[in-house]
Amino acid sequence: MSDLPRPEALFANIDYTPPKADWMDVPTVIKPGRYCYAANPDSVNYVGLPHAHKWNPLDDDWGLPENWQEIIFNGLRERLHKFRSFKIFMDICVRCGACADKCHFFIGSGDPKNMPVLRAELLRSVYRGEFTTFGKILGRFAGGRKLTADVLKEWWYYFFQCSECRRCSVFCPYGIDTAEITIIGRELLNLIGLNIDWIATPVANCYRTGNHLGIQPHAFFDMIDFFCDDIEDITGIRPEPSFNKKGADILFITPSGDVFADPGTYTCMGYLILFEYLKREYGLDVTWSTYASEGGNFGFFTSHETMKRLNSKMYMEAKRLGAKWILGGECGHMWRVIHQYMDTLNGPDFQGSHMETPVNPITGTVFKNAAGTKMVHIAEFTADLIKHGKLNLNKKRNANIHLTWHDSCNPARGMGLLEEPRYVARNVVEKFTDMPEGTIREQTFCCGGGAGLNAGENDELRMMGGLPRANAVKYVHEKYGVNMLGCVCAIDRAVLPNSMEYWVPEVDVCGLHELVGNALVFPGEKERETDLRGEDLPGEDE
Amino acid sequence: MKALYSLFLVFALAAFALLGAGTLGMEKAFGLYIPFLAVAVFVVGFCLRVVDWGKSAVPFCIPTTCGQQESLPWIKQNKIENPSTTCGVVIRMLLEILTFRSLFRNTKVDLHAGTRVAYSSSKWLWLGALAFHYAFLITVVRHLRFFTEPVPGLIATLDAMDSLLQIGAPTLYLSNLIFVAALLYLFLRRVVVPQVRYISQVQDYFPLFLILGIAFSGIFMRYFAKVDIISVKQLTMGLVTFSWVIPDGIGAMFYVHIFLVSVLLAYFPLSKLMHMGGVFLSPTRNMNCASRKYRHVNPWKFENVHYHTYEEYEDEFREKMVEKGLPVDKPLAEGAE
Repeated sequence: MSDLPRPEALFANIDYTPPKADWMDVPTVIKPGRYCYAANPDSVNYVGLPHAHKWNPLDDDWGLPENWQEIIFNGLRERLHKFRSFKIFMDICVRCGACADKCHFFIGSGDPKNMPVLRAELLRSVYRGEFTTFGKILGRFAGGRKLTADVLKEWWYYFFQCSECRRCSVFCPYGIDTAEITIIGRELLNLIGLNIDWIATPVANCYRTGNHLGIQPHAFFDMIDFFCDDIEDITGIRPEPSFNKKGADILFITPSGDVFADPGTYTCMGYLILFEYLKREYGLDVTWSTYASEGGNFGFFTSHETMKRLNSKMYMEAKRLGAKWILGGECGHMWRVIHQYMDTLNGPDFQGSHMETPVNPITGTVFKNAAGTKMVHIAEFTADLIKHGKLNLNKKRNANIHLTWHDSCNPARGMGLLEEPRYVARNVVEKFTDMPEGTIREQTFCCGGGAGLNAGENDELRMMGGLPRANAVKYVHEKYGVNMLGCVCAIDRAVLPNSMEYWVPEVDVCGLHELVGNALVFPGEKERETDLRGEDLPGEDE
Repeated sequence: MKALYSLFLVFALAAFALLGAGTLGMEKAFGLYIPFLAVAVFVVGFCLRVVDWGKSAVPFCIPTTCGQQESLPWIKQNKIENPSTTCGVVIRMLLEILTFRSLFRNTKVDLHAGTRVAYSSSKWLWLGALAFHYAFLITVVRHLRFFTEPVPGLIATLDAMDSLLQIGAPTLYLSNLIFVAALLYLFLRRVVVPQVRYISQVQDYFPLFLILGIAFSGIFMRYFAKVDIISVKQLTMGLVTFSWVIPDGIGAMFYVHIFLVSVLLAYFPLSKLMHMGGVFLSPTRNMNCASRKYRHVNPWKFENVHYHTYEEYEDEFREKMVEKGLPVDKPLAEGAE
């Protein structure tokens, strides 16, 4: 982090004026601070992905297989056939430029190749130059170019500067989704072993141990147990969660980041408190799984197939345990995968026939919107409980918090989970202020580290990408005194604290269920002195 | 530079028509054969492209959700921006296609002192695009009077409405003004806005100049050269009734006009202009968003996929699991060897 310039300097360097030379003539220089380290070949090998090899992005020679062009061309041809989205997005962009200033990485860096349209053109130009008649004959005159090693490096550099947040696709008159192009672009790069380690190693871990962090079952148990100790200290009540329990009604799966790192851990404690409360009051039967101990899916950032392989564990485990439906924790891209891919990818192969349309056993609410996938978001679940008056909540315990809400990209633009978390939040905090229109809901900004880009080595990129979100937070912080940024995404909870510390140091980051955990009052529980972070509770009579 | 290439190209095309139809007297080629061929290329090419897209699969349900999902009954769903019914999807598509809904959201970003980023509404592109497309549509529909006899009432009415201002003789079409103004705006923003200039290619300028050329040649014929409409209609009616004739006294400008239109038609299926067809097929807009409710089926299969099963997992970690009291499927002794 030492080379990272101060925020003012970083901001002063943003220049939206593009270079004089045509973009095809501007060579791509891979800058430290903006790229992630190459994938560890052991990780690539572990999941059997092609062309695992050791390489360094700063070297000239990336150790590509001899026929790498052929591999890419075949891969491209195959995907044009398999994905109408990709084919249409290659063909119909009119370069109107509406997307140009919608990307957080462009807003924060000014690098024109971070304009979604140009990011797509990096690939589109090769498609034109190598696959279309016009482009083959007229070359650059028709906007086409050949696939050279330099072009490949440019792809790698910029497809790992896109967090697949889909903000550009909201503004595109044809709905062209750069995420779709980045997904395919990365899939092609994976064919020749060019992944980044911050994605490849979590994928290998998840494949083996069930979660990205490589937490083995006994350690997973210990970590949750440790949270239970903390909860007992704070509330006087010890949760007794069950693990891998056959016959449980509901299987709960959350991103492993919540088990591992602050402030996600407080959110995890919130889940534990909620489930314990519901168990004691209403007999709710939820189990955690160590085998399917990851909600997130870095396979999604690798290839569609890898996404399928990792995601399959959710249904396989629900089947093995006999759970009627699955409850999912707070995570961003996890919900894109669950909402838009899971049932298609693995429903036919692995969804147990015993699974039922989710019903909240406490309120009787039928989650018809999850009738196919049989998976409910915990914000939907908790909102339903609150609406039916099933939770005894004391907002005053969160009285020191003035909350604003960060809509995480994927739940916003790949699902539409906007009101549920706000409803829950408003019921557990006293002060809630939204950020300005155009920076929230479907127009929300990425945290700056989504889609596998939250490595340490690309801190400059993350801070640049984090600027638009942080800027909107700063606005409500200065104007209304907001001091907490809430979110339903584990990556957010990992990325935003850094970004806040850098851009708006006075604002902290939390998950939704941390606030729920703080506010929830057990019958006969002892008077709490601290919140889940161990900080003094605000005086009740203020 | 790219703009100049395109401009030059359009001039060359116009000169080619002038030379061919005017000087060399190849009226038949420029008035009949080329237009006929161009229409054929357009129709066949357009269909082929759409069929080609249609042949590509839609493996996943990936709409961009732009509003509240359907979830709990008391949470108000945005039924258009996040549709869960076919009706909602149709309305979403209609809004997109007829009103350019997404473009209407456009904002502009500005940097300010004190590390502040500000966004402001920016509707000009939306307005320009809408004006251009509707003026174009009206112009095309108006032109149907050259290909119908008698002219259907609807087209005549449209014509009358378009000349509402009653300025000059022949009366000025409102759509002419809007069309040219919108085209000039679309061209100017390509040149003036640095980011847009940076991403613009020859294939972006070329259709703009081509359409401008068509507009100008048409306007010239109507208001200045005052071309003999009766003869023109004789020719155009001949085209659609396959009784091809070249009447006398049609000025060379007519051939420039119809040649540029022919080039546009033939160029259409090969170019970005296919967004006209593509927008209907865009999976991020035309799919039902309730993908947790209804299963979308992928027409192709992943082959030879390897999964890490629970059995393999337990085999690796059984000992540690038993130690912590985590339930296992196979007892330790059995799986320990």
